[in-house]
Amino acid sequence: MPWLIELLKAIGLAVVIFTFLAVVAAMLGVYLERKISGWIQARLGPKHIGPQGLLQTVADTVKLLQKEHITPRHADALIFNVAPVIVAVAALLDWVVIPFGKLGDRVLVVRDINIGVLYFAAMASVTVVGIIAGGWSSNNKYALLGGLRSASQMISYEIPLALGILWAAMVAGTLSTVGIVDAQVRQGSWFMFKLPSPIGWFGLPFGILASLTFLTAATAEVNRVPFDLPEAESELVAGYFAEYTGMRFALFQLGEYGEMFGMAAVATIMFFGGWTEPHLQPYMWLLVTLGCLVVAAVILTTGLRQTLLVRPILMLAGLGLLLSLVMFFGTRAGLSQVLPSLMWFLAKMFALVFFLMWMRWTYPRLRLDQLLTLSWKVLLPLGLLNLLATGFVLTVWGR
Amino acid sequence: MGELAAFMILSLVTLIPAVVVVTSSNIVRAALSLVPTFLGVTGLYVMLQAEFVAGIQVLIYAGAITVLILFVIMLTEGGTGVRTRQLNDQVPLGAMAAVWLAFVLIVIFTRTGWPTAAGVLPAYNVVAVGNAFLSDYVLIFEVTSVVLLVSLVGAIVIARRED
Repeated sequence: MPWLIELLKAIGLAVVIFTFLAVVAAMLGVYLERKISGWIQARLGPKHIGPQGLLQTVADTVKLLQKEHITPRHADALIFNVAPVIVAVAALLDWVVIPFGKLGDRVLVVRDINIGVLYFAAMASVTVVGIIAGGWSSNNKYALLGGLRSASQMISYEIPLALGILWAAMVAGTLSTVGIVDAQVRQGSWFMFKLPSPIGWFGLPFGILASLTFLTAATAEVNRVPFDLPEAESELVAGYFAEYTGMRFALFQLGEYGEMFGMAAVATIMFFGGWTEPHLQPYMWLLVTLGCLVVAAVILTTGLRQTLLVRPILMLAGLGLLLSLVMFFGTRAGLSQVLPSLMWFLAKMFALVFFLMWMRWTYPRLRLDQLLTLSWKVLLPLGLLNLLATGFVLTVWGR
Repeated sequence: MGELAAFMILSLVTLIPAVVVVTSSNIVRAALSLVPTFLGVTGLYVMLQAEFVAGIQVLIYAGAITVLILFVIMLTEGGTGVRTRQLNDQVPLGAMAAVWLAFVLIVIFTRTGWPTAAGVLPAYNVVAVGNAFLSDYVLIFEVTSVVLLVSLVGAIVIARRED
């Protein structure tokens, strides 16, 4: 019975993905968010539960599990209860097509379907149904306003997002996530910096433009500051999930963080080479090491050490130092693969997650008209022109 | 056998919410019921191994069209009323038309000789779809784009007139 085995495999993988996301994306994500926001705002962040507050989110989750489920009196109970599940499941389904790395010759991916990135975009667009349903069924004007804002925002930003995905698919010549990474392996560098030969490094402006467009649209698509109008705390309380309590509230959080990590993962795959290891000469790695050392030394020896604001930079410099030192000795020793591919994928993904959090705590929220202007008058024309120009270059000089 | 079971389940997933869409007096529920209907159709596309069409179905119909409908309902004054009658005085006329259409369809279905032999699938149907759009069907494709553009401009003109 091959279909029974398939079914069992699917259930097993679903459990694995769910636990990975619930633990890593939601819990670690919330913890990182609070810690980084603390540093950026010159606070300490969570500190008391576990070493450096590491278990804070676990405690919060246990607390949320014990809370009563409250359904507002005039709410549409059925839709109200289904909405958080739609958001969480759509976010979890994103992860089916994400390849995490390579183990021998096997790619670590749940299913490498040949419409991979299209599937990802489709799942991302289903989330908004859950958000709108939650906003409407709460029977609360703030929730409804949040849901409406979210609808207009996500429909607007889906287009630049899709243009970014289309760009990567066009350059790679495939929609499969594994195929896109393989195309970057074949050309020897990330799509952000290089297009397939003979264009090579001349593709730099196209790649950078495409990745910036995609990242901006992705930030808006997951409703994060500076695009968090659907849940703007200062004007809408919490927007579309204002009425949710306990674990249903946590499901919205899980969906949001799962989606954010998913966007970071897809950006890693499309523009930053996925699980592949960057190939630099040993002296280049040494230069990176020295650069990190200088930054860390300047922070540690001057008065900057006292400022909490530079803590993220100090931490990044420390991590970069460690990584580049290992890579330096590894490449000197002539190893073809110094670190496991899974580690590279996670490192790139978390770097992007850090970037998104950095953006969140640095920029103020946009107004709704600014938000729509950015999408329709800046990102959409830029994305289209970039697609057209890249297509032209690829047709004339490539292939 | 497994395929038949999958088809049955998908048909139910498609048809039961579809009945809710046309009978529910709560217009938001009716609009939200479109989502499982569209997802059921997606499942049928996957069974036919048309992955690209399935992906587009979720992206456009479940993700965008439903949201647009909900958006319009919520922006319309009194539009979210939960006591909307979906029937009017023309029920007998509509029923007659429906029965006649069903009769014609059943006659066509039973009289057509359906080829049951398995065909050959293109290896990667995204490429096939793209080639078809830009070679054999390029005129239809372009005209459809113009129609969409015209409706977009028309919507803006109508919306502008009010102020």
